[in-house]
This record gives sequence, C-alpha cells and structure tokens, in this order.
Amino acid sequence: MNVAKIARRTFLIGAATVAGGVAVGYYYVRKPYANPLEEYLGEGEAAFNPYVKIGQDNTITVITPRAEMGQGVHNTLAALVAEELEVGLDDIEVEHGPGDFAYFNGAMLEEGAPFAFFDESFLAEATRTFMRPIGKVLGLQVTGGSSSMIDAYDKMRQAGCAARHMLVSAAAKQWNVSAKEIDTANKFLINTVTGEKLSYGSLATAAARIDLPGELKLKARENWRILGTSPDRVDIPSKVDGRAVYGIDIDLPDMVHATVRISPRFGAESVSMDDTAALAVKGVEKVVPVQTTTGSGYGVIAENTWAAFKGAEALEIEWGEATYPKSSDALYSAIAKRLDSPADFSMRDDGDVDQAFADAPRDKLLEADYRVPYLAHACMEPMNATARWKDGVLDIWAPTQAPTVLQMTCAGLVGVNSEDVRVHATMLGGGFGRRGEVDFALYAVELAKQTNGRPVKVTWTREEDMRHDTYRPAMLARMRARIDNDGMPVAVDMHLAGQSVIASVLARTFPSVPPSGPDKSLVDGAFNQPYSIDNYRVSGSAVDLPVPVGFWRSVGNSCNAWFHESFIDEIAHMTGKDPLALRLELMKAHPAALGVLRKVADMSGWGRELPAGRGLGLAHTLSFGTWVAMVVEVAVVDEEIRIENVWAACEIGRALDPENIKAQVMSAAIFGLSSAMGQEITFEDGEVVEGNFDEFDGMRMRQCPAFHIEILETYHKMGGAGEPGTPPSVPALVNAIFSATGKRIRTMPLTSEIDFVA
Amino acid sequence: MELEINGQMQNVGDDPDMPLLWALRDIVGVKGTKFGCGIAACGACTVHVDGYPVRSCQIPVGSVDGPVTTIEGVGSAEQLHIVQQAWIREQVPQCGYCQSGQIMAAIALLDEIPNPTDQDIDDAMTNLCRCGTYPKIRAAIKRAVSLGQEA
Ligand code: FES
Ligand code: FES
Repeated sequence: MNVAKIARRTFLIGAATVAGGVAVGYYYVRKPYANPLEEYLGEGEAAFNPYVKIGQDNTITVITPRAEMGQGVHNTLAALVAEELEVGLDDIEVEHGPGDFAYFNGAMLEEGAPFAFFDESFLAEATRTFMRPIGKVLGLQVTGGSSSMIDAYDKMRQAGCAARHMLVSAAAKQWNVSAKEIDTANKFLINTVTGEKLSYGSLATAAARIDLPGELKLKARENWRILGTSPDRVDIPSKVDGRAVYGIDIDLPDMVHATVRISPRFGAESVSMDDTAALAVKGVEKVVPVQTTTGSGYGVIAENTWAAFKGAEALEIEWGEATYPKSSDALYSAIAKRLDSPADFSMRDDGDVDQAFADAPRDKLLEADYRVPYLAHACMEPMNATARWKDGVLDIWAPTQAPTVLQMTCAGLVGVNSEDVRVHATMLGGGFGRRGEVDFALYAVELAKQTNGRPVKVTWTREEDMRHDTYRPAMLARMRARIDNDGMPVAVDMHLAGQSVIASVLARTFPSVPPSGPDKSLVDGAFNQPYSIDNYRVSGSAVDLPVPVGFWRSVGNSCNAWFHESFIDEIAHMTGKDPLALRLELMKAHPAALGVLRKVADMSGWGRELPAGRGLGLAHTLSFGTWVAMVVEVAVVDEEIRIENVWAACEIGRALDPENIKAQVMSAAIFGLSSAMGQEITFEDGEVVEGNFDEFDGMRMRQCPAFHIEILETYHKMGGAGEPGTPPSVPALVNAIFSATGKRIRTMPLTSEIDFVA
Repeated sequence: MELEINGQMQNVGDDPDMPLLWALRDIVGVKGTKFGCGIAACGACTVHVDGYPVRSCQIPVGSVDGPVTTIEGVGSAEQLHIVQQAWIREQVPQCGYCQSGQIMAAIALLDEIPNPTDQDIDDAMTNLCRCGTYPKIRAAIKRAVSLGQEA
C-alpha cells in the first residue's frame, strides 16, 4: 500500500475527521492477514493462528505483539491466550514475535473518536464501529493509548480458544471419541473414557490443519483461573539478572557502533561542518550525513560507542538559524496570542455559553489563565536502533511501540516495499509515547546505507535524546466560570491553545499527507469529563510552530486534566463548597464517577481535621476508559513541600490483573507528579536548553509518597491501565498545596513558586 | 589491559580513558549494566568495585583498582542473590532498565547496613527510576532483610 494513502487514512482518524475520506471495503475488513508465523516456524512447529504455535516437543509459544515498556503487557496478553488454551503461564514461552500488519491494534483508533467514553449515543457507537476495522486495514501494530487489553481482550482469548478447540478435535479423531470426552491438563489431552494421554505437541501438526466452526464459545468469567489474578510477570526474572535485551544491548556479528548529532534547531540544516578532530578520535571510522524527515545532521561510525560519542562531540558544526520564535518567552507569546482570538473548534458546547456570560456580575465571575511547558519523555533508555541493509533486505532492531510504522517509513529510505523491511522489536527501557516515533530508526537506516552491509547500532547520548525529543506541547488555558446564587457553576468556558500533536506527528512521519481537521488531543481530558453543567464549552486552538511535539503519557489529558480539575477546585473555594461535595453534585449523572469519588474519600479520610501546614487535594479524571479519583496529601516542612500520601480509586470495568494495574497507576502518578515537581523544557536561540538529568529530573526515592490504590470493577466497559493514573495526579497535588498553603499555582512547573523537599 | 570482572580476568581494551561502563558493555560484552546519562546523575550504570557501589560511567577503566562485580556476577542461575529474589517476590521491575543499577545499590546498602531504616534507604537509593518503582524497591529491600533473617 502506498504510504501517503495509508497515512492519510490513519491520521485523519487520529485527528477525528471521520466524514468522507475513508473508504473501507467489506473485503478488506473481512480478509484475514496471512499468518506471519508461517515464515518463522522451526522444525516440527505448527502455527495455529498469529498468536499460538506449538512444537512437537510440547513447547507452546504465545506471541504477545505489543511493546513491553514496563507496563507488563506481555504477561496479561499471554494470560488471555493461556486462559483459553487451559495452560499456565509457566507452561508457555512468551515472545513479541515479528513486526507484522496482522498484529494491528483496532482499539486505539476507536479511542481516537471525538466522543466521551460514556457517550453511547448512536453517532458515537457508529463511529467507533466504523473505526475499529480501519486499524486492521492499515495494519497498525502500535502500542499506545492504554489500548492493548481493550484490543486484545476478545481476539487473544479467541486465539487460545481456537487452538484448544483444534487440539481437542484432533484428539477426538485420533481416539475416535466425541470431543466431549476429551479433557485437557498440563499441556496434555486426556481421553476420559480410556485414560489415555497425548501431549499438545504430538498432535500439533494435525490439529493446526483442522477447520474451525463459525463460532467459538469463550470461558465464562467465573471459570477463569488466571485472568483476574496477578501471576508473577514473565519478564521479571530477566530484569533482575541482566539478561533482558533492550535495543541498546543488541549485538550482532560484524556490528559497528555509532551515534548522531542532529540539528538542535528544528528544521535547520548545517551551514558548515569540520570533521577533522572527530576523525582523529581513536576508533572513529567515518562521519556521514543524515537527511530525513525528522531531522538532519551527521552520524559518527566507530569501533565502540564511547569513540562514537567522543567523535560526535569533536565535530565542529555551524547550524542554520531557527525560523521560529527562539526563546521560551517568545514561544509562550505566540501561543498566548491565540487565546485572544476566537477558538478554532469546540468539542463540547452545551447550552449557550456566550449568553450565560453576557450579563454575569463581576462577583459571580471567576477567571484564570493556566500554563504548562514543553516536557521531555526522558525514557530511562536513551533512543537507539540498529539497522542492517544487506542484499536488498533491511533489518531493524529497535525498542519500538510501532513496528509496522517503522516498516512503512524506513522502506522509503532504501527504496524497498514495506514488506521487505523486517522489524525485530526488543524490550523497551521506557516508552511513554516517545517510542511510537520513527526518528531513531530512520537515522539507523541512514547510517546502515554507509556500512557496506555491516549492521550498525546507533546509540544517542542523553543530551541528544533530551534535545531531540517529541515534546509534550506547551499549552495555555483561559478559563472562566459563572456562579449562581446557590454557589453552583452555571457556566464554564475553557479555551486551550497549543501545538497539535497529530499535526506534528503527521508532518514528520508522513510529510506527503496534508494536515487535517481538529485534533482531539488538544482538548482531551477537558471536553469529555462526566460533569453536567448547563452552559459548558471546551474549545481548542492549534498553534502552528515547528517544535516537534508528540504523545507523552496520557497526551492531552496530561495538562488538560490539571486545567479542568484545578479550576473546579477554584470554583469550590470561591463558593465555599467542599471540593468533594461539589464534584459529587456535578457528576451525579455518572455512578462510576461517584463510586470512585466516594471510595477515595473513604480511603483518604477526606474531611478529617488537619494540622496547619498540611493539605489534601482531590481530582477526578476519566481517561482511556478508566475513571480515576485521586487524593494527594502534602506537608509543609521548613517551607518546602513534601508529598506524603497518594490515594487512588480506579474504576476500570474489568481488571485482568489487579496488582499490575495498581503498579501502572502508581507509575503513571509518579510520572505526572515528577513533571509538576520541576520539569520544564526551555528554549534559547531556538535550541532546547536542558540536556541531562541534572537539568530535567524525575522524582527520586526520598521524595516518593506512600501509595494506596483500589480497583473497582462495576462499569460495563473495560478501560485502559497505563495512562489514566497520570492526569489526576497533577491537579490533586496542586489542590493539596492550595489547601496546605493557600497558594493557588497556575503555572507549571510548581517550582516556579514553591520548593519541594529535595 | 585486563581487569577482574565477575571473578574472571577480562580484556578491557587499550584505551585507559574509556569509562568502565563502555568497556564492560562494548568490549567485554556484559550488558546488564546500563547507560542512562553519562554524568553520574541516574545510577543506571552502578557496579561494584572492590565491593563498593560506583557509577561506572564516571570511572576511566585505567583507574579501576579492584575487582569489578556487575549484575551478572552477584548471583547465579541456580542461586540468585537474596536481593534479586526479593526483587522477584515484590515484582519490582517495570521497564527494568534502571533495575540492574538499583539492585547493585541495594546490595551495597545491605552489605553496609544489614537492617536499614527508611532514612538509610532514602540516603543510599539515589538512582533514578522513570517508571516510578520506588515504593516497590523499598518493599523489596525490606523483604531482602527478612529473607536474609530466615536463611
Ligand atoms: S549512566 Fe552513569 S550515572 Fe547515569
Ligand atoms: S523500571 Fe523503568 S526506569 Fe526503573
């Protein structure tokens, strides 16, 4: 398929432009992809479907084709198959498997629909139904949007169920009994009449040829043995003894090492370059140009990584000027200007907001501006990829969240079809959305064109990583509310402005695709919250700037939830209402929200008497299908803030692995709190200033609060786990600081106005 | 140049200025020790030299003056180190990238203070974890103490 066409379809959806454009024929939707495992089968192995293969020696391999970046996805995906195949997680091998269109993610695009999660109107449902197959047609194998379980829940249980059905049928044939008389245990089929046993492996080849009936019956939830429990994670043993192989650990025969220096000014190229000193570094072999859609600069190829780093440092390069606002202040001003003109679009517009504010008396009006900075992902493992371009085949080894997008974009650099690109996904040392990008792979391919078929591993320095991120966009928000005589908000109006993530991703990944309609992520986490307010508008304006912005854990929710939930807190304070009571009132149409609010209030002892210098803050956000209410407790210690406790109640609908979900909520909250505690990417002369953890840090052990997390399962739809803990963490913290100190902070990071215990 | 690494003499190349981290990873080929920052700010590269925890990105290989132990050398496949066992019991790692360094720091802490207080843990465990596994690291250190007492 042509990349531009694929991309146009893909990103139009991401951008929530649904009408027109996408023609999905029934044929494409129904036609299954070829089983990618057929190509990779070992001696005596049989593939049942893209997720299950079984060897004659009774080795069962389950393919878990999502990026393992810490969220434990391999474990729960494997559990979906194992549950139905009637085997234990100890009985199987778990592999990521090849990058392939067959492993498309249908649920992520569904989440991209411009509707609130609780909106089950005909239009919302019809759009979701329409979007799901598009992921299949495009073959988007992507991990993101907290969508892995939602996507896999049926299809991987079906894969396990189908394989078991085929094995049972093969055994029934062999023994000439009915399938009802066959039982399974410990990877064996048992003839319950005669007591005979056969291993899954001995029947695998015969079973893999058996046709499936039209419908398979999945196990009832009350019969689950693995799902709903929290088995030990399959990836953890290799992560405590150094065996786990991340992208940075790839080692191939005859491999060379390399690094890159890409223009620190976005879109600029080098004006002059002198590599004399670089080539004089012992171990440096070559300096080569790099020219891609994500950036241009130079690669340094060397005998080892250290030599490459030193060589890159020794390159003398003069870069072209920045053609955009060069400082943080100038960038903020460019964004601020948009708040003074009418918004591009609204994704929520209830009642008549303009009318409601037209005659509002001053003392019933609340107005506030909020601001968040650009943020780096700062994955623990710096960006890297390894590529080999040999005999017309391109191989890429990379810690990636999007193998098939790498295939599509890298193919063009060497002039082959995406089918001729093999992507080998490794473990990821953090992802957080950064590793859905393609830059690290494009650079590796550029360098691989210059090594005569030798594989080249390209490792970025931390500084290169931090200064060439795809940042969480800086955003400004203008908020206003009108309060009625009972102290309730009758009108709330929010205007959010910043760069569009979708437009930025599109421009660097698929530049031939023109930008499209409104980007949901600009208003995500604000327009789709379960509040009922008579006049309620959430609008967005996209500001066109060339700073690369991208998907940062929870994307738009990461800041919009703060704007929304701290502003609600401001309303409560202005009207003298309890922040919990106000939320219970405004969200009373949604029992799921009330459930988590009451639960977290109970857990945290909301309303208890607190000594001076201590505060509790509350926030609620519905994101990625999961309703999270969070309370943060802070204490002022020697004029510094210490975060002491975090309580969270999470309504996820169905918890496939409760302990792992709790671990994700904790991780996501720490990710959000870390950002508020001091992270900021700033600009000078068009370049990012911060280069390393001394200037852009995360929370450390001694700053880490105690966590108390509860999972609820009452809602009728399942939500995601990896991101929903991030959005409410920031407003809960800010609201707690207000309650402890009386200081209302509206600019991130909070360190601009207060200090945290270091 | 040769160094004793995990009990064996190993060639570490001929550039005395190369940080121990890169000699381990690219020349010796033991890659459990990770690169995170290169400026002593994250601790992903923590190894033991003569039993003491050091950030290997900061030590030129030419000035290493004792035997080096990496994550690969603290236990064996048959018998994991008690800290590694505790890490599994508490299901600490998420992405896992920082965990070699965290485990090396924890082993060094427990060698020095067999029953550390929370304050001791805060003081010794300064490594960055972007996945936010700190509460589990703390629990695992305490678990290692109790596993040690049982043993
Ligand atoms: S890599 Fe050595 S401290 Fe970060
Ligand atoms: S487990 Fe991912 S950085 Fe610590």
